[in-house]
Amino acid sequence: MAGKGILTARWTRKDLLGLRELSADEISFILETADAFKQVGTREIKKVPALRGKTLVNFFVEPSTRTRTSFELAAFRLSADVINISTATSSLTKGETLKDTARNLEALHADILVLRHGSAGAPQFLASRVKASVINAGDGAHEHPTQALLDLYTIRERRGKIADLNVAIIGDILFSRVARSNIFGLLKLGAHVTLVGPSTLVPREFEKLGVKVSYKIDDVLPKADVVNLLRIQHERQRREYFPGLGEYIRLFGLTKERAKLLKPDCLIMHPGPINRGVEIDSDVADGLQSVILDQVTNGLAVRMAVLYLCGGIAT
Amino acid sequence: MKKEKPNPSAAVPIMDADAIRRGLRRIAHEIIEGNPALDKVVLAGIPSRGVEIAQRVAAFIREIEKIDIETGVIDVAMHRDDVGTRPELPVVHATKLPVPLEERTVIIVDDVLYTGRTARAAMDAINSFGRAARIQLAALIDRGHRELPIRPDYVGKNLPTATRERIQVRLLETDNEPDAVWLERES
Repeated sequence: MAGKGILTARWTRKDLLGLRELSADEISFILETADAFKQVGTREIKKVPALRGKTLVNFFVEPSTRTRTSFELAAFRLSADVINISTATSSLTKGETLKDTARNLEALHADILVLRHGSAGAPQFLASRVKASVINAGDGAHEHPTQALLDLYTIRERRGKIADLNVAIIGDILFSRVARSNIFGLLKLGAHVTLVGPSTLVPREFEKLGVKVSYKIDDVLPKADVVNLLRIQHERQRREYFPGLGEYIRLFGLTKERAKLLKPDCLIMHPGPINRGVEIDSDVADGLQSVILDQVTNGLAVRMAVLYLCGGIAT
Repeated sequence: MKKEKPNPSAAVPIMDADAIRRGLRRIAHEIIEGNPALDKVVLAGIPSRGVEIAQRVAAFIREIEKIDIETGVIDVAMHRDDVGTRPELPVVHATKLPVPLEERTVIIVDDVLYTGRTARAAMDAINSFGRAARIQLAALIDRGHRELPIRPDYVGKNLPTATRERIQVRLLETDNEPDAVWLERES
């Protein structure tokens, strides 16, 4: 359904499922659209009628605070109505299938479904079965496109470009949908990407995507224009992947000492929530090079752009 | 933005570069007469040709009165009332207006005034920045067929049209073509 046919207008997709399927032009177009929506946040009345009368359902089968809140606020600023459904309140716990839940939501005339799900491909599954726009808010270890878009937006805003920058993504790559979406987006826009972390969490197979893999963070940091630190997901890790937090910090944590290896204009990013003292030292997270809070602000603008573009398409 | 050349048999020339220049110069004079406090005036163009027209009118005012008046950009795309009903989603732009608006007169500038829905969306956008002292409307061409109770304060040329006709405006800066306005009949 999504993206069939030739791009006559600059945006023709009803769904945003991942960055892998987007062209560089489409990604750039979302970022440009986000510029316009970022400006709305500076107005006295931070609300525009673009999606007035549309209904958005935040359908989060996995827990999330910041992504769900960001989508909710983005929808409010576009004058859409919002319903939140989380695991605890969903009939999925009563054995209803994902498809049936979605069809019920559609019977209520929901226009946009924002889905977070533990299984890779769940948004794709829905998108091909419902008329509503489906936005992927994270599916398993597959993709988290709006997170990558806000990362790209933040880099572009701070550095003026993305092409030719050296971006290091550090930490748990194997289980990270943020890493995958970032890799696709960064490569399409011409950045050089290096993945860093323990070999169990950063397998060499990733090189097939067109990135470099390194197990020596101290070699990578001095050349980086951007470091994106991923959260160590204690809740997902099985013991065999991961010896212990102490060893991780010693080998891969962005400590105060290690941060001195960075170029003075290198950006420090983190998708949050931060484990202070694990993947990043507190002082570094709050330091001048950190753009972690810009990422949060930009996430709102990027999500407004995505909701406007996908939700505004006539169906 | 359509770029195809007009079919000579179906296109009726309305304004050439000289006529456009005279029309905008007259608008500049009328704005000066209508607004004794020119330092409170903001000329806010609707992308993309309205922005260029606002720049040109501001240049005429500078030439005539030796005063630099403020200019801005108003995005109407996110304030339209027909999102989801049009085949193509309008491209959004960032609105740029000086704030606070409270003491200011904002003059909305567009190339063609037609149904008035764009002007309504522009007023909505302006209101989200604050309560402007006054809002006025300037257009290079007024082609009639209003669908809302809106009238322009400054007009370059009044042009009675039929709804099946289309007005085409070209400006050097936005279209990379010589300044011109012509009328096309849809076949």
